[in-house]
Amino acid sequence: MSEVARHEYCVVALADTFRGDGEVLASPIGTLPAIAARLAKLSFEPGLLLTDGIATLLGEVPALGSADAISAEGYMPYRRVFDVVWSGRRHVVMGATQIDRYGNQNISALGDWQKPKTQLLGMRGAPGNTIHHPTSYFVPKHSRRVFVEKVDVVSGVGYDRARALGARSSRFHEIRRVVSNLGVFDFETADKSMRLASLHPGVTLENLLENTSFQLSVPAEVPVTRTPSTEELRLIREVIDPKGLGARELEG
Amino acid sequence: MLDKRMSEEDVVAELRDGMTIGIGGWASRRKPMSLVRAIARSPLRGLTLVSYAGPDVGLLCALGKVKRVVFGFASLDSIPLEPQFRRARQQGLIEAEEYDEGMLQWGLYAAAIRLPFLPTRAGLGSDVMKLNPGLRTVRSPYVDDEELVAMPAIELDAALIHVNRADQGGNGQILGPDPFFDDLYCMAAKRRFMSCERVVNTSDLTHEGPVTTLTINRMMVDGVVAAPLGAHFTECPPDYGRDEAFQREYAATATDSALLQQFVERYVNTSHAEYRKAVQAR
Repeated sequence: MSEVARHEYCVVALADTFRGDGEVLASPIGTLPAIAARLAKLSFEPGLLLTDGIATLLGEVPALGSADAISAEGYMPYRRVFDVVWSGRRHVVMGATQIDRYGNQNISALGDWQKPKTQLLGMRGAPGNTIHHPTSYFVPKHSRRVFVEKVDVVSGVGYDRARALGARSSRFHEIRRVVSNLGVFDFETADKSMRLASLHPGVTLENLLENTSFQLSVPAEVPVTRTPSTEELRLIREVIDPKGLGARELEG
Repeated sequence: MLDKRMSEEDVVAELRDGMTIGIGGWASRRKPMSLVRAIARSPLRGLTLVSYAGPDVGLLCALGKVKRVVFGFASLDSIPLEPQFRRARQQGLIEAEEYDEGMLQWGLYAAAIRLPFLPTRAGLGSDVMKLNPGLRTVRSPYVDDEELVAMPAIELDAALIHVNRADQGGNGQILGPDPFFDDLYCMAAKRRFMSCERVVNTSDLTHEGPVTTLTINRMMVDGVVAAPLGAHFTECPPDYGRDEAFQREYAATATDSALLQQFVERYVNTSHAEYRKAVQAR
């Protein structure tokens, strides 16, 4: 196998977020999260359920961008997805236009919500997702504009907001991990603020901190993101993403 | 069985300034665009739109028909952000009422089954609570005492949906993979209008697809509009996919008022029959 590319480190880090999930609906938003969920299903999390992004639960794991007909194992229109969200049997990987140190996420609007400087997608399912089931985030371009001190609008609920709701209302809330093109982050700190879990090979701590607006918890010894195994690389390159769509997400 | 067939213009004649109108479909999928364009070329103003929003909301915002939008997102799918909605928001031309998409379903469902609200956990801790200062919470009356959001019913003056097949009495058939929330829009509304790709005899409906595809029934519908290509340029599977080239042309209208004017002259200020000809001539 040739040298491991940055996006392949992102893929295994994202795939690892699904470890232990069992039979839940995996909802990866974006290309690398989609590759990652497929990788997890084909290797260590075979119980995961995946959709075609429309209304079908996939009966097998197709290559990304393949037009081949795929068997179905179930029917999952939006109304059922909403029920699954509230039932908790789901793990979503969402994007974030802004994210803060407690994992509050914004996909709604930049600037003043009343008259936004930039109207984004809208809340979509972020409030409901984050209060009901595990959520992870993927940020393909780590920068100070994304990793901000305070998000302009709270779409996805972070740990400080969840704590303020009390133990009962926040019992299903879990921001599991944030993966960016520079590293992996979790919330394994006393105040549930964001911590550097690992740096991707080739990224310096200095470079990461320069591109992060808030105070990040940094362990004394910073781990390096794990290298994909030979079998994982084969699955990524030959089975899941033979067209090489994943690399483009980091270039964009 | 009543014959509920009518034209797009007949539907518009039933609508009034300031009404709250729910529009079915999802983003750029199975939107009742021939009805939307009929509103767009009418003198109607000051509308509140409730939608899983796509070009339905965008086009009506672009033409100054909209006072307020009740939404969870606005997207064209293959173009992630709805450009005319963005423009209207960024210029402060419309009021916004933004919810989590599941809350929106809950509001429609509450209205459909005549409840004042339905409880949910969705919204708690997020800015949905701050941005909608009228939103209240309720406490469970049982031992758990859990605090939940009381999502209020979203009552509609009118609902507009588009389906694949219908009979003249208002039984509607959705042959595509996802019925979205079209039934809830109809049940939440006082006046319900359904366009369709083709009107068929009732006895032929189950030849078109299994009985499980008959998700809209005539109790839920006041008017049926025969509108082949009625969802164009949004997708309406299995009849047709999204017209991506046309959608790009629509999206470009947000960047250039001359392009909008041209789009309106060519595609909006014309009957649906002429629109179909114009689309087929492309």
